[in-house]
Amino acid sequence: MSLLELHDVSMVYGSVKALQGIDLTVEKGEWLALMGPSGSGKTTLMNIIGCMDKASTGSIVLDGVDFTDVTAGNLTMLRRDKIGLVFQQFHLIPYLTAVENLMVAQYYHSMPDEQEALLALERVGLKERARHLPSQLSGGEQQRVCIARALINYPMLILADEPTGNLDEANAKIVLEFFQQLHREGHTIIMVTHDPKVAELAERCIVLEHGRIANWKDRRVVCREEEVS
Amino acid sequence: MFWEMLKGALVRQSRKMFMVAITIALGVSLTTAMLNVMLDVGDKVNRELKAYGANITVIPRAASVLRDVYGIEASSGKTGQYLQEADVGKLKTIFWANNIVAFSPLLETKATVGSDDITVVGTWFNRQLELPTGEVVETGIKELKSWWTVEGNWINDTDIKGAMVGSTLARKLNLHIGDSVEIVLPGGTQGEALTVQGIFNSGGAEDDQIFVTLPFVQQGLNLPGKIGKIEVSAITTPENELARKAAHDPKSLSLKEWETWYCTAYVSSIAYQIEEAVGDSRAKPVRQVAESEGTILQKTQLLMLLITGLSLAGSALGISNLLMANIMERSREFGLLKALGATDRDVLLLTLTEIMTTGLVGGIAGYFLGLGFAQIIGHNVFGTAVAINAMVIPWVIISVILITLVGSLPAMRMLLSLRPAAVLHGR
Ligand SMILES: Nc1ncnc2c1ncn2[C@@H]1O[C@H](COP(=O)(O)OP(=O)(O)OP(=O)(O)O)[C@@H](O)[C@H]1O
Ligand SMILES: [Mg+2]
Repeated sequence: MSLLELHDVSMVYGSVKALQGIDLTVEKGEWLALMGPSGSGKTTLMNIIGCMDKASTGSIVLDGVDFTDVTAGNLTMLRRDKIGLVFQQFHLIPYLTAVENLMVAQYYHSMPDEQEALLALERVGLKERARHLPSQLSGGEQQRVCIARALINYPMLILADEPTGNLDEANAKIVLEFFQQLHREGHTIIMVTHDPKVAELAERCIVLEHGRIANWKDRRVVCREEEVS
Repeated sequence: MFWEMLKGALVRQSRKMFMVAITIALGVSLTTAMLNVMLDVGDKVNRELKAYGANITVIPRAASVLRDVYGIEASSGKTGQYLQEADVGKLKTIFWANNIVAFSPLLETKATVGSDDITVVGTWFNRQLELPTGEVVETGIKELKSWWTVEGNWINDTDIKGAMVGSTLARKLNLHIGDSVEIVLPGGTQGEALTVQGIFNSGGAEDDQIFVTLPFVQQGLNLPGKIGKIEVSAITTPENELARKAAHDPKSLSLKEWETWYCTAYVSSIAYQIEEAVGDSRAKPVRQVAESEGTILQKTQLLMLLITGLSLAGSALGISNLLMANIMERSREFGLLKALGATDRDVLLLTLTEIMTTGLVGGIAGYFLGLGFAQIIGHNVFGTAVAINAMVIPWVIISVILITLVGSLPAMRMLLSLRPAAVLHGR
């Protein structure tokens, strides 16, 4: 059974058709890159997969749970239990230290556990900065805190919307190496990116255009490129 | 974790909540001041108003008939009926004795100074009066006419050769402090020379008169121990239907009504009790003053309540703006909490606790600030300190809760409608 199955998913904002007839399957442990021009619906798709928004039509099954018809409250619970989110803007709580920011995620999930939060920071190489406020961290460091936070509750699926979009090359490299490590450990990752080199790191790449899947590339299927539409 | 988040928000962002606390403090300080003043002001306003003179006049019963029928003034010496000076102290034995704040007997007569006809009034100035109960009270026109401005001195009741001259008369007769004035009383042929101790300005008819000690007039007219009338200043309860009915005819009341009336400080029931105490007397409310005292007090208090209400509404409005801006500025933070799995209830609870804590700090600061304001108002407006009333505290607490809750309503509504997907991607 696949981890995620989307069937004929569409999203309409008034007259704007942000997504139209998306069919997509993601296997456990896969790294999927999502590309496409601005306004093509990448964030919209991520929001739907990440249980932040409900699709207008279509069915979505995550880890065997069909959440096509769940209520907003249940969507919050699904998101909390199954999804780890990394944003382009780092979105740390400004008045909490790095470790406290991780503990907030634990708190709303189950129970804050400072030891575990510190371990998670150590994993992203920020053990020494655990007691610093976000304003005292560099952009790359903040994003690493965000990744640690996304992982803290052992999600089934990590969603990253342009995680390197706000980082310089050096910091982007550190963050990407980290994603590679996660991938090796068997995490499932969906990542939006504008950078073809970043997309290269993924096993599979999907290109959205005008809300449809216009193109996809699978490194596992050698050199095969196919039009879908 | 809840408390860590709260502490973080309040301590590390104290500057942001500071304005909210100040707004609350201002609203609360005004409430505290107004309520304290209001609860204490009843007496103060009454005492202030009392300054505008007697509200009950006691005259001999016979004279009152003559006055009502023929329009002859009592104590003018024409009616031939008098009260006993010895009865004056009985005023302080009535049920509402404590409400009688000042009183003074008066004996008035025509007299001549040189070729001018003038009015001379014998009275108590500042008399130590021993009551039947053994208590000593100080009373006289110095108390009763406390608004007089006096140049020179009030005279002493034992200074039978002293006189106080009204400012208009003093100008007319060209009298100054220390001058001697020769007064010829009716029936007398020889003038008595008195020393002008003080010149007063009352703003009323008294400015044309000379005030002297009571014995001087009594001896001159050969009326020992007699007085023409008593002026009384009493603190009264505003008139109502019952009081008006009783004033018309106390006998028309039912027993129960009568008891209620008798045991309430209406000007009519105080007058009634004075008549009971002082033999052969008629106590007449000087109605206009008595009634307006009550209404002015009520209006003053209503005004203060209104100001309090408005100031609270004002701070609620201010808070609502500040909080709205605060929540808007932090919308990503709350969106993030929601994205991390916080429910609407979690987020509301967190922000409300944050706001309430700020409200508590502001409220406490405001309370003490308000106590200060109350003293300032007391000293500037009433010339005395304002008593601190513990009864104010629950009202202050209620108003803090009310203004913070009402003030945070719009912000809370915005929080509920906040969608993480919308704020987290920078739209
Ligand atoms: N809440 C919304 N209301 C109305 N229209 C929306 C909303 N969210 C997205 N859209 C529209 O849907 C389309 C897809 O938007 P989306 O944010 O998914 O694009 P994107 O691929 O993430 O672009 P970018 O690369 O710039 O982030 C756009 O035309 C956008 O204007
Ligand atoms: Mg986007």
